[in-house]
Amino acid sequence: MEKVLQLLVEGESLSTRQMAEVLNYSEEEIEKQLQALKDQEILLGWRPILNPTKDVEDLVRAVIEVKIKPEREGGFNKLADRISRFDEVESCYLMSGAYDLLVVVKGRNLQAVAGFVSERLASIEGVLSTATHFLLRAYKEQGYLLPGTAEDSEKPKISP
Amino acid sequence: MPKSGIRDFFELVQAADDVISLGIGEPDFVTPWHIREAAIYALEKGKTSYTSNLGLLSLRKSVSKYMAKEFEVEYNPESEILIAVGVSEALDIALRAVVNPGDKVMYHEPCYVSYHPSVLMTHGVGVKVATKEEDNFALDPQRLWDHWEPGVKALLLNFPTNPTGGTVTREQLLEIARFAQEKDVLVISDEIYAELTFDGKHTSIASLPGMRDRTILLHGCSKAFAMTGFRIGFACANPELTEAMMKVHQYSMLCAPILSQEAAIEALENGQEAVARMKEQYQRRRDLIVRKLNESGLTCHLPNGTFYAFPSIQSTGMTSKDFSLKLFEEKRVAAVPGDAFGDSGEGFIRCSYSTSYENLIQATDLIDSFVQGL
Repeated sequence: MEKVLQLLVEGESLSTRQMAEVLNYSEEEIEKQLQALKDQEILLGWRPILNPTKDVEDLVRAVIEVKIKPEREGGFNKLADRISRFDEVESCYLMSGAYDLLVVVKGRNLQAVAGFVSERLASIEGVLSTATHFLLRAYKEQGYLLPGTAEDSEKPKISP
Repeated sequence: MPKSGIRDFFELVQAADDVISLGIGEPDFVTPWHIREAAIYALEKGKTSYTSNLGLLSLRKSVSKYMAKEFEVEYNPESEILIAVGVSEALDIALRAVVNPGDKVMYHEPCYVSYHPSVLMTHGVGVKVATKEEDNFALDPQRLWDHWEPGVKALLLNFPTNPTGGTVTREQLLEIARFAQEKDVLVISDEIYAELTFDGKHTSIASLPGMRDRTILLHGCSKAFAMTGFRIGFACANPELTEAMMKVHQYSMLCAPILSQEAAIEALENGQEAVARMKEQYQRRRDLIVRKLNESGLTCHLPNGTFYAFPSIQSTGMTSKDFSLKLFEEKRVAAVPGDAFGDSGEGFIRCSYSTSYENLIQATDLIDSFVQGL
């Protein structure tokens, strides 16, 4: 993996200047490499990782198991792409196993998600069935443990 | 016996809460979860008893396997490995087993704070050999011949070295081994930072021809596995020496805590991936801090091991103590004055890079503005 990318993945959320310091590049070089990562569609974008237990987004999330009928041309891809384009859909994956697509959906409330599933998703031609599971509580969000890690305030600031 | 030079500074810094510390002599990583989980499981299973004085045989077997693989020395788990409460205890019992009152013990300096006091506590006499900045704080074997005197019983080695980050090459070690054999000196080698060697693989002196039975090899889980609080060290040596250390250990410590021993098995058997990950971070931090210190006008060699940089502050004309104190007072950056690690450390400060990039950048920026303002 490229060094800049590795720093990003490790997730210390460093500024361009800090990355430049760590890797001994100029800030311009870092900017250039970030742009290149975007151009190559390796880096898709930036999002903060929010603590779901703080409810700042005021959203409910559900994961939906979707069974679909593959098409003669394009297999699952065409339908998966069509489903993915809805704003309500956060992520969409083709799965091995008992169902075909795993779709993560967000909505203002339970009704909004239910409405999306029944009116939009289930009614698409080629969607055979859906099974919706609402998320109740998060214990770990994209690598971050909730609620936070223990403090180590008693760790000495100077030790031999 | 004087109190540790690190102590006064500790009390000063510990009381402040707005400080960026480069003074931490332990990993900033938390022990990998699979190791902590093993300790929890051991507790759940009710493993709360003493163990054999030498330590759990299952752990000694893991140590034996690990030492063979990583240090290229074979030790019999039944009779040649002792599990101690950290390398600190291992060093203490090794010295107490070997040194009689009046015996001389050579050690290189700057060195870990406990070495000379531990020699003194055995009523031994310390013979110090300075390592030098121009040698990247490796031990020039010639210095051993120069400083040797009749009555030297043991030689204390610590490579990679806390506080300098210095390492020795295989060639230098071969020369040191030749010295030990010719002068009939026993080697006590504290290799706790072995895994944190950046360029080239660590060589243990015990793995060199004729040295295994002349060496007490000390290692442990604290640094590489980020397990300082578990307090697990190993002493590896021939059966005679192990038996002698065991006597001291059984009467003073009895055994290392069983939960820590259980966790150590998990670390040695399955911890390599986590070690590699942490080492990669340390190496990048090292490159960062050494470059920034040099840019600020302090001279700093590139340490090949540990997580310490040891820049010279001699260009400022200040003593280590004054420099550290003033840096702390004016910029709230804490770095340990070099003389805490013996007189040979005067003119240097120890900067631990066991902290985040963000802290390192901020601290070195502050050091830079401090040095420019002098």
